[in-house]
Amino acid sequence: MPKSDASASSAASPELMIVAKNLTKRYGDFVAVDGINFEVKKGESFGLLGPNGAGKSTTMKMIASTSQRTDGELSILGKDPNDHGPEIRAHLGVVPQQDNLDRELKVWENLMTYGRFFGLKNSWLKAKIDELLEFAQLEEKRNSKTDDLSGGMKRRLTIARGLVNEPEILMLDEPTTGLDPQARHILWDRLFRLKENGVTLVITTHYMDEAEQLCDRLIVMDKGKIMAEGSPADLIKEYSSKEVLEVRFGSANNKEIASQLEGIGERLEVLPDRILVYTDNGEGALDRILAKGLHPVTTLVRRSSLEDVFLRLTGRSLAD
Amino acid sequence: MSLINTSVDTAIAIAERRRGKLGEALYSGRPNTVLLRNVYALKSSTWLVVLSGFVEPVFYLLAFGVGLGRIIGDVTDGNGNPISYATFIAPALLATSAMNGAIYDSTWNVFFKMHFGKIYQAMLSTSLGPLDVALGEIGWALLRGFVYACGFTLVVGGMGLIPSLWGLLAIPAAVLIAFGFASVGMGITSYLKNFHQMDWINFFMLPMFLFSGTFYPLSIYPDWIRVMIEALPLYQAIALVRGCTLGNLDVSMLWHALYFVVMIVLGLLFTTKRLRALFLR
Repeated sequence: MPKSDASASSAASPELMIVAKNLTKRYGDFVAVDGINFEVKKGESFGLLGPNGAGKSTTMKMIASTSQRTDGELSILGKDPNDHGPEIRAHLGVVPQQDNLDRELKVWENLMTYGRFFGLKNSWLKAKIDELLEFAQLEEKRNSKTDDLSGGMKRRLTIARGLVNEPEILMLDEPTTGLDPQARHILWDRLFRLKENGVTLVITTHYMDEAEQLCDRLIVMDKGKIMAEGSPADLIKEYSSKEVLEVRFGSANNKEIASQLEGIGERLEVLPDRILVYTDNGEGALDRILAKGLHPVTTLVRRSSLEDVFLRLTGRSLAD
Repeated sequence: MSLINTSVDTAIAIAERRRGKLGEALYSGRPNTVLLRNVYALKSSTWLVVLSGFVEPVFYLLAFGVGLGRIIGDVTDGNGNPISYATFIAPALLATSAMNGAIYDSTWNVFFKMHFGKIYQAMLSTSLGPLDVALGEIGWALLRGFVYACGFTLVVGGMGLIPSLWGLLAIPAAVLIAFGFASVGMGITSYLKNFHQMDWINFFMLPMFLFSGTFYPLSIYPDWIRVMIEALPLYQAIALVRGCTLGNLDVSMLWHALYFVVMIVLGLLFTTKRLRALFLR
């Protein structure tokens, strides 16, 4: 579906698909995006990670040239969205946060009309749609109304619709929010395939596991600003320890007991329901806690995740 | 997976062809695809609703023209010739139904697509521009208006209520009227936030229907009221259609037509600006 030949030819020098400099969006007094800088390279899977209200969706809309920036520079494939909106949108596939499929139309008709909006020809679209329905595993639903599809199917159809113009960049805003685990995994698999075919992906998410699974590189956003940038592994290395020990002493006691844990591990994070001990050796840290005569209700040793990075950077967890 | 196709233009090539043309950020030259979407949607919609737009003016004609007309007897046209009451109000009902159809399409339908169906949001994430969407939706309203006008003219003509052959001009006149109302109506709809506010439109439309010379000539009003009514679009619409069906084609017809040309141009500018503000802000 995407043009795999194109990605191979430019492998030598990575082409910049998106360049944002001091990108800013204000709504009245409210600053939604506060002077951010980033670049997205060809074939890359780029993530915008942050809690709700961090400015991710606004950034996505500016890239998709459906929202005008207030300040700064933005270039998509060398084009300014202020001047060449329709042209830029021809390069993009957009999968919005809330499905906006046409409920008055059937599955096949949704894809056909969307393709026609780009000016693509009927005959070409017919073949393309067959291919997309297969990709989205919706061949048997081609004549169904979209209301009859499950949440996962709707999302796959929205992605298929976003691919009808063979975009170079696919923009996915919270692609798996509201889906059950199985539907998520099917979707991730489809997105991996697109990436293998050389499509540049730009993904917003507030799910850590999704960012770790899908993104080569990401920016962590909070309150319209970029807090950190890098690959998931690099970010974890830089902002967290190798392992994390989670101990629970019951919500009433966590705070009090935390003072007795000072010195164990590199750093402590006291949350309302648990204490996180950042250390390179989780089991070792647990032994030292037990040696002090403390008895946590539950304990868990795990690897550091992006959730820990976010907590470190903002002092809040993503779910807030 | 890859479908290599060298004979067909890519979406990018198609979009790039418009580079440097006037209004390239607003218009892609494809309002027809917006119309096409509505054709697909019509196939699975309720035909009874579609039919209602045709039946409504016929019911009015039967009740007032034929029913009430028996009591009223003959009236005179602008030139003093006697005509039946039904012949007098038939063109007014055609003009009104052109207005109602256009307003319905550009308010209720557009409001739903804008806020609930999120149809325009999807359209504007493709390489379509807001002017494509506006023209496509208005074009659709006109197409419906045209079909209804043909149907009504056929019925009215069959009843012998169109004395002049010029009456055929009533059909393009109805389309012009619908165009004017649809282009302004869509812009107004963009300001509405909930269904409740839609009632304001009816609040304005119903008195306009009753008092714009629909059921009696304006000559019964004092001058100052007459001038106010003459400024209203429905009066202009009725005068235009009535002139056609009665065959009174004088210079004033051009002014009535010009009224709608101006309304169309201003309405389109207004609507495009609003769609841009709503979806590309």
